[in-house]
Amino acid sequence: MAKLEVPETVKDKAAAEPGNPVFDVRDVSTYYGNFKAVKNVSLTIHENEVTAFIGPSGCGKTTVLRTLNRMNDLIPGARVEGDITYRGQSLYAKQVSPTAVRRRIGMVFQKANPFPKSIYDNVAYGPRINGIRKKSDLDGIVERSLKQAALWDEVKNRLNKSALGMSGGQQQRLCIARTLAVEPDVVLMDEPCSALDPIATGRIEDLMQEIKSQYTIVIVTHNMQQATRVSDRTAFYSVERNEESDTRTGVLVEYDQTAKIFENPSNPLTGDYVTGRMG
Amino acid sequence: MTQTGPAATAGPSPLTERRGFGDRGFQALALIAGLLVLVVLVLIAVSTAQQSVSWFSTSGLNGIFSTHWDPASNRFGAMAFVYGTVISSVIAIIIAVPISIGVSLLLTQVVPGKIARPIVYVIDLLAVVPSVVWGLWGILVLAPWLQGIYGSISSGVNGIPVLDSLFGGPSTDGSSFFTAGIVLAIMVTPIITSLAREVIATVPAIDKEGAYALGATRWEMIRGAVWPHSQGGVVGAVLVGFGRAMGETMAAALVIGASAQVTSHLFYTGYSIPAVIANQFGEAAGTMRSALIGLGLFLFAITIVINLVARGIVERSARRARGA
Repeated sequence: MAKLEVPETVKDKAAAEPGNPVFDVRDVSTYYGNFKAVKNVSLTIHENEVTAFIGPSGCGKTTVLRTLNRMNDLIPGARVEGDITYRGQSLYAKQVSPTAVRRRIGMVFQKANPFPKSIYDNVAYGPRINGIRKKSDLDGIVERSLKQAALWDEVKNRLNKSALGMSGGQQQRLCIARTLAVEPDVVLMDEPCSALDPIATGRIEDLMQEIKSQYTIVIVTHNMQQATRVSDRTAFYSVERNEESDTRTGVLVEYDQTAKIFENPSNPLTGDYVTGRMG
Repeated sequence: MTQTGPAATAGPSPLTERRGFGDRGFQALALIAGLLVLVVLVLIAVSTAQQSVSWFSTSGLNGIFSTHWDPASNRFGAMAFVYGTVISSVIAIIIAVPISIGVSLLLTQVVPGKIARPIVYVIDLLAVVPSVVWGLWGILVLAPWLQGIYGSISSGVNGIPVLDSLFGGPSTDGSSFFTAGIVLAIMVTPIITSLAREVIATVPAIDKEGAYALGATRWEMIRGAVWPHSQGGVVGAVLVGFGRAMGETMAAALVIGASAQVTSHLFYTGYSIPAVIANQFGEAAGTMRSALIGLGLFLFAITIVINLVARGIVERSARRARGA
């Protein structure tokens, strides 16, 4: 398989000055019970960029993503070592509230997971738990969020219908709208297009390009073309086998500008993966 | 099926297949079992209706729907029993539902599985305590203890408009609509908890994560993700508990007080349909026997209506959740 072409637009952006650091991940290892899922990850995620995490299954890319908004706190036995700084504050400091973190750092999941409520109530859920009660305020937020998620025109006449009656792609865009409604700083996306057809995928990729001027986006993807299309920087993770205990631990192999990762990687492992010789 | 292997088949193998004995046998068995349930139900309805005909014909509609039950003067009104059954069950549900939902949320959303499992085991054990045991406990332990409490509440609300007519005295020996309600509540709580817990446990983890990812607290997550998913099932569980409370015989017979009256005073003695059947059927004859069977038919009808309502609610919420 030939090397992937990185579109010129992405190349241009990657060459520009990097934005302010949003996350500074230093030497982070994550455990589930005694199982070490990822070890010694260090990387910096920049403001208003799209950062892609790629790599084979089990390499820990989703685990790292979920440590960034403390979603892994919800898994019994999960534990993080090392230091993650979010805009200068230590994310895992004792006094930090996970719910406050998640209000700033939203997440879109692999499988669209709208609540079994109306389209309107789905988008209004986040603002409501943030204390916004006034109908006119909520109306405005719902409209703005659905427009940002490129869904408004399709659903504006059926806002009170159940979200579960929508197509898969629409549901995923609704989940994005729901995340944007709380005006987060960062949007984490865990393989958001893996269950969608190419047209729906294209819509979501366009959407990411449109919103990245206002948000910082981190996306986990299995689709390398997608990483080249949407991301400014790419982190390539791989799996390290421990022969003694027969366990697999994820490691960060290389993190750089997307064009560099796909066209001129420093590590031969990266080259093998992005050209399809491995994984 | 006997022709296997390339040598046995000249052309393409036939697409027809004779279904084996297991398949046909199972289909017949399932069909018979299904029909049997219907047949038994119809037979019960027909035979009880038949045997209560003389009650309907001698008392007439006015007699049946009166509150006057006096076998000595051949008055067999059903409404005091219907009233007692419904009131004691409503009290039971009002007490049991918040506790059941609270416990099932605790077990599914708050405590980790390792701790929840033994609690679930104990709760399920409560559900199998024979009802006569609850009844005896109610009449020997609970009622004497409640007697004093009823007395002080009654004197406390004396003269206050609505409360006086609900909780006013004079106090009894402790048997009352309310005592029956409490005992029934204890009996249906494990059932409602068990059903509600199973429904709530089916809420997908991904839905809960969706709420958490928006910065929801646990309570906000329960309201946003767990409740809309499970409300239909929980309503169903509550109505199953309601049906159980209405049909409960022994416990209610022992603690409700055995006096057929319709009154707003919850601390007064009352009577319920299953209790009067259990207490009086032994020495009943003629129209009275027919009336007691007829009361059974009443209860049957009420529980069927409640079950239909429950089914309707559950289905409607399932349809709404699917997006229709």
